[in-house]
Amino acid sequence: MADITADIAPGPTAGSSDPAAGRLTTADGQPLARALARAQARSRRRALLLVAPLLLFVLITFVVPIGQMLYRSVHNDAFARNMPNLAIWFADHPAGTEPDEAAFAALAADLQKARADKTAGEVGTRINYEISGTRSLFTSSARNADDLQPPYRESVLALDEDWGDPRLWQVMRGASTAYTASFYLAALDLTRDETGAIARVEENRRVYVRLFVKTLALSALITGICLMLGFPVAHLLAVLPLARSNLLMILVLLPFWTSLLVRTTSWMVLLQEQGVINNMLVAGGVIDDGSRIRMMYNQAGTIIAMVHILLPFMILPLYSVMRPINPSYVRAARSLGATSWTAFRRVYLPQTLPGIGAGSLLVFILAVGYYITPALVGGASGQLISNLIAYHMQDSLNWSMAAALAAILLAIVLMLYWLYDRLIGIDNMKLG
Amino acid sequence: MTAQPAAASADGAFVEFDRVQKSYDGETLVVKDLNLQIGKGEFLTMLGPSGSGKTTCLMMLAGFETATHGEIRLGGRPINSVPPHKRGIGMVFQNYALFPHMSVAENLAFPLEVRGLGKAEREAKILRALDMVQMGRFASRRPSQLSGGQQQRIALARALVFDPELVLMDEPLGALDKQLREHMQFEIKRLHDQLGITVVYVTHDQGEALTMSDRVAVFNDGRIQQLAPPAELYERPKNSFVAQFIGENNKLPGTVEEFGEDRAVVRLASGEVIDATPVNIRSKGQQTLVSIRPERVEFKPEMMPAGAHTLDAEVVEVIYMGDIFRTRLKVAGSDDFVMKCRNTLGQTRLVPGQHVRIGWHPQDARALDPL
Ligand SMILES: Nc1ncnc2c1ncn2[C@@H]1O[C@H](COP(=O)(O)OP(=O)(O)O)[C@@H](O)[C@H]1O
Ligand SMILES: [Mg+2]
Repeated sequence: MADITADIAPGPTAGSSDPAAGRLTTADGQPLARALARAQARSRRRALLLVAPLLLFVLITFVVPIGQMLYRSVHNDAFARNMPNLAIWFADHPAGTEPDEAAFAALAADLQKARADKTAGEVGTRINYEISGTRSLFTSSARNADDLQPPYRESVLALDEDWGDPRLWQVMRGASTAYTASFYLAALDLTRDETGAIARVEENRRVYVRLFVKTLALSALITGICLMLGFPVAHLLAVLPLARSNLLMILVLLPFWTSLLVRTTSWMVLLQEQGVINNMLVAGGVIDDGSRIRMMYNQAGTIIAMVHILLPFMILPLYSVMRPINPSYVRAARSLGATSWTAFRRVYLPQTLPGIGAGSLLVFILAVGYYITPALVGGASGQLISNLIAYHMQDSLNWSMAAALAAILLAIVLMLYWLYDRLIGIDNMKLG
Repeated sequence: MTAQPAAASADGAFVEFDRVQKSYDGETLVVKDLNLQIGKGEFLTMLGPSGSGKTTCLMMLAGFETATHGEIRLGGRPINSVPPHKRGIGMVFQNYALFPHMSVAENLAFPLEVRGLGKAEREAKILRALDMVQMGRFASRRPSQLSGGQQQRIALARALVFDPELVLMDEPLGALDKQLREHMQFEIKRLHDQLGITVVYVTHDQGEALTMSDRVAVFNDGRIQQLAPPAELYERPKNSFVAQFIGENNKLPGTVEEFGEDRAVVRLASGEVIDATPVNIRSKGQQTLVSIRPERVEFKPEMMPAGAHTLDAEVVEVIYMGDIFRTRLKVAGSDDFVMKCRNTLGQTRLVPGQHVRIGWHPQDARALDPL
């Protein structure tokens, strides 16, 4: 490159910045921009090489799984794949069409195919997600599918009159295309009625929205408690001499060195009705044996254990913001006539805002997605949305539903992040 | 508890440190028996090397540190237990401590708001204070958008905006470059004269202390070594620490041979004898350190008093500095003796290697305790 740089000397011919040409060129007439790009390409290639492992890691561990989750939440072809004839009928007839003889013929053909392929269970499961108890309808009907004959309508209804249920046909229509929004609808306690319009599910089956609200409310509460507890601790850490604050910092970080499971279990030991705290209260005569306090297997248990586990995530960003705040700011405020409270409120607190924001966001996002602690100590009332996601993953095996719930959770978190950015500004955040 | 200190106490002292001691760790005294009276309207500077306890004294006066022992009085009233915000003392910090999340105007409004002043009155005072430091155009800027010198001015304006009678400044110009520093020294001095405020100023820069102050308190090791107006401090240092700390100085160690009321004869290690004024030596035979300012050393016999002792000196180096010749001499075995001669018409030009006999007025050579 030496020839390029060396030759850009002022002169009538070389290194012309000819305004007529409109572009700068090097001495040998190449466009300057291209020469520059070439000069930098090497270093850029090397930089790319350096970050390549990380890029690959992020791709494999984040982008692919999240993409797949999102895909799963809108894609389920268990029905469409195994019931091709019905799928064609649904495609040819608009929503709201009464199932005619042709429809039942298609159903009969598909049931026979399901029997041959042994896929009736899979298909039934898919419909069962939306109308419970229908899995057996598919499996038993498929077992007797070979007996079906024209006219198929009567024949099928004779097999089981549930086949005449318009809601069942509505659900099958929804499932007949591989791509569906029905999991999202279900995750928001919505469904399609017989006419295909979106409606809320029955009162006693509305669990998801309430759980989302509860998860957000509990997370907000936990974040608030963490802030209340973490702020003074972080402040203490920030004003102590470094040697002693480092010692205290170890205590703050100690929980990180213990298994999450161990910590949660020790809360169980402490908080259960026959646990240490209740025993002490009873022994001290504060409460009598009959009225032991329930602090475990309910919301209280979830809150206590999660506050404990998430507290360091509040303290660390707060500390890292507070440490560099020069004590002379508060002193200046005091010398200017402010009481210690005014000095705190108007001078110190505003400077810790980036830490409060970062800590709160961190704790809140972690709390919203927390699973293991509520599962262990939450009991029935202390369950959060992630526990339901886990249920759909592990017990009901409705992965699409789990994916839809998780996607909604993701959307909520991203929305919060966006809100935070608008209100406080993401570049104001300091994570330590 | 009034925000504004009342008139000075009966003996005229506005600020008074009365046998004040301070220890941070309960083992060592950072401030040892401080007695200091500052008059109303005075510009007093605490000068001393880093770690000598200047900031600690200032912090005790401002109320951010408590005196371990002794009493601090402001306007005749003990203030040991008065919280900082009720002392009504303006303060300028070394790092300026301008609130970063507030604009310049908001910074200045802060002390007025906490005092409950109305909006109109606030704005008038802010405008006046900003004009005072020629920063009227910067009211809406954030501190981070100002240069160091500008931040300095705002810090000054903020400390003055609520009309305190006493203003403390802790190395306020330490972060500025030389030219700006000299300019700000002048500005601060002007404000002091114009407003009639009392200023306690902390610095480790002796030039700053000498040019600005009515009186300078030289600190070392938690004690005031000397408290005097600048001229006296320079010309009549009371001990070798002050002599060395303030200005350039030649030091000649020796033994007291003759000891009188205002005249002593000191024998140097080389065997030669010199004249000196006894300052804090007590008896014949004592070790002493004689200090002479370079500009008071003479090499022409007609400039020395009759009968004065002279010393043999060999010229080592002559540096032409424009207004003066800075001549380094080898005297009594050591070659760091400095003599400054004015560059006058017909001044004798010395050359390295040349031998001269130097002497001085006995008043200018001060026999001090050896360090
Ligand atoms: N907050 C403190 N805690 C303990 N020691 C301190 C504190 N502040 C100052 N010191 C000590 O007191 C001595 C005097 O400090 P300081 O008053 O800041 O001196 P100066 O301002 O003259 O440089 C120093 O030795 C310093 O280490
Ligand atoms: Mg200091």
